[in-house]
Amino acid sequence: MLQQRYLCLWFQHVCTDWYIRRNAALQGVPFVLAAPLRGRLVVTDSSAVASRLGIHVGMVVADCRARVPELQVLDALPNKAEQLLAALAEWCLRYTPTVAVHAPDSLLLNTTGCSHLWAGEPAYVKEILDRFHFLGYHVRAALADTIGAAWALAHFGQAPSILASGQQVAGISPLPPAALRLAEETCTRLQQLGFHRIGQLLPISERALLRRFGSQLPMRLGQACGQVPEILPNIEVATPYQERLPCLEPIRLLPGIEIALRQLLEALCSRLHQEAMGLRTALLKAYRIDGAVQQVQIGTHKASRHPEHLFRLFQLKISSFEPALGFELFVLEAPLTEPLTAHQERLWAKEHAAEELLLAQLLDRFSGKLGSNIIHRYLPAEHYWPERSLVEAQSLQQTTAASWLRHRSRPMLLLPQPEAIEVTVALPDYPPLLFRHKGVLHRVLRADGPERIEREWWLGDTGPHRDYYGVEDEEGLRYWIFRSGHYATGTPEWFLHGFFS
Amino acid sequence: MSIQVSKAALIQQLQQDILRLQSGHRQSLPPLHTGLGILEQAFPQQCFPAAGLHELISYAPGHAAATQGFLAGLLQHILPQQAYTLWISTWRRLFPPALTAFGLDPSRVIFVDIPRNKEALWAFEEALKSGAVAAVVAEIPNVSFTESRRLQLALEEHQVTGLLHRYQPRSDNTIACVARWKVESAPSLVLGELPGIGFPAWRVQLLRVRNGRPGQWSLAWVDGGFQHRVMLPVAHENMIRKAM
Repeated sequence: MLQQRYLCLWFQHVCTDWYIRRNAALQGVPFVLAAPLRGRLVVTDSSAVASRLGIHVGMVVADCRARVPELQVLDALPNKAEQLLAALAEWCLRYTPTVAVHAPDSLLLNTTGCSHLWAGEPAYVKEILDRFHFLGYHVRAALADTIGAAWALAHFGQAPSILASGQQVAGISPLPPAALRLAEETCTRLQQLGFHRIGQLLPISERALLRRFGSQLPMRLGQACGQVPEILPNIEVATPYQERLPCLEPIRLLPGIEIALRQLLEALCSRLHQEAMGLRTALLKAYRIDGAVQQVQIGTHKASRHPEHLFRLFQLKISSFEPALGFELFVLEAPLTEPLTAHQERLWAKEHAAEELLLAQLLDRFSGKLGSNIIHRYLPAEHYWPERSLVEAQSLQQTTAASWLRHRSRPMLLLPQPEAIEVTVALPDYPPLLFRHKGVLHRVLRADGPERIEREWWLGDTGPHRDYYGVEDEEGLRYWIFRSGHYATGTPEWFLHGFFS
Repeated sequence: MSIQVSKAALIQQLQQDILRLQSGHRQSLPPLHTGLGILEQAFPQQCFPAAGLHELISYAPGHAAATQGFLAGLLQHILPQQAYTLWISTWRRLFPPALTAFGLDPSRVIFVDIPRNKEALWAFEEALKSGAVAAVVAEIPNVSFTESRRLQLALEEHQVTGLLHRYQPRSDNTIACVARWKVESAPSLVLGELPGIGFPAWRVQLLRVRNGRPGQWSLAWVDGGFQHRVMLPVAHENMIRKAM
């Protein structure tokens, strides 16, 4: 078995470094992050500059201000350090497949069998440190055979330090006992008893230590020296929903592509089924043997993991593939997924569900072939202004508390732009006697109105109001016309806006 | 006598067999209530042919609005409660809030706007085949006989109602359909001496019906249902009293 090697990365100012990355104005300025604790503002993180000026975590902000008048104080974000460490751990996966977060401020990389890829351990550590320094993080690193030794050297030793294999006992001997990750009271007692270096503890028998200091000290000592194994939970990264199908022979014909697609969909959908997910978008990439990559994408209105439905959506699009000499690899990805439990599926299966599912699949096919902007469903909006009285629904399930205006008559056919008409009016505020639209004269026999609709000034809408009339001519055709403005102020204009059924 | 009776019965039986072979009729399902009243007598077996293509032609925008109103009233009767319907259109001017006057919830209507004739026809056929909706409205002006035949076959197979509204078609060519309608606006129905515009009224013509009798009717939309104008004087007094 290979000798295990661990790299400990200690982020001294992870939160404040992140603030500086976000806001370059904080560069070189002493600042702290503070949170209220028992009625006082207490420093939770201090920046590198502030730390050099003697500001430490746990100090009261008022005291710090007295010491450093130009100190800036920002609100601490809860759990920010854990989030940042988790993100940095994921980023470190480029250096090794096993990374663990060591709370509260360190990362541990199991570098066994990885460092030779960067031409040896010194170059490997330098590469990692350079990258982090470039990103603006203050990092101290140490590489050793055990987690305990790497941690101790990173926090208390000469960083960066690389301890040769088997040297951990000699490496940690000069360090203070606090480097063993001990509880605070144990450290204090060791200090009082005159133990200033780990080397002084090594000759003492384990039983004596156990009797005097409890089980933690001998365990930590054993872990640092490599006699007691230590395991940290490695981070796990969600694997993307992706399926690959390499082909022995290049695929050139449509039936072949369809078979490949069916296989990929079966595999992806069974995985989605196990994880109770459904996909909203799917992407099929086809790699041609001359290096060209072609792809088609589909979207669904409702999360789906139904291979046949998804296949039909793809079927509308795969005719755009140009195989030429043939495809050698197909990759199916689901970039957007949503939880879809079997319970949900059963719920839908009750009332109208079969039809609704069929409808969603039909609409998927429409938008897959013709674009998603062709499908419209409308919900009422709380506006009287006709053009604003409806809003477009985003999904089939969406509902609204508003209701349609039932007590006002609205025309069946509404012109996109009101068309100007010439009218003859007996009295102001009366419906017209005659009107001329596109050169044809209409004699008004019956009329309703006016229904005044004001501009919605609170939406920044300015202009004259509209007085709507419903009129019927001698042929029995019914029109919705309006007058824009008053007769008192100039000559108002008349428009035809729609036709009643 | 008995021979005559049996002959009549035999002819009726044969007629029904022919209808069944031509399909377009819901055999197992109960007859559909369209609320069209005596107009239904124009259809074979006095029953609205639900599984078939109905063609409605209009030329002026006012008459197109009347046709859309008539369609909405018809849909309200033939659609199940809380069901969605599709309104495929190449030139949509329909104002959804107006559908409430005809008892149709606008949020249950899904509008599919496809400007190109060919793609709209594809969508219409897919919708008919999907089994997701009981009735589909399509506003596609130009349909050739071959295309309509395709649609009619899909409709008969899947037992759906297809309502094809042709507004200002390039030519009013014959297409394969169970009925050709023409709905025009008529002077509104006014009760007594009440002022203003009354109930919407239409002149409904059945220009062609397969195995039926074409004719012309005068219909109005009163209190959420179709009313025949000729039958109105009977109920007139009641209605005036109600309106007052």
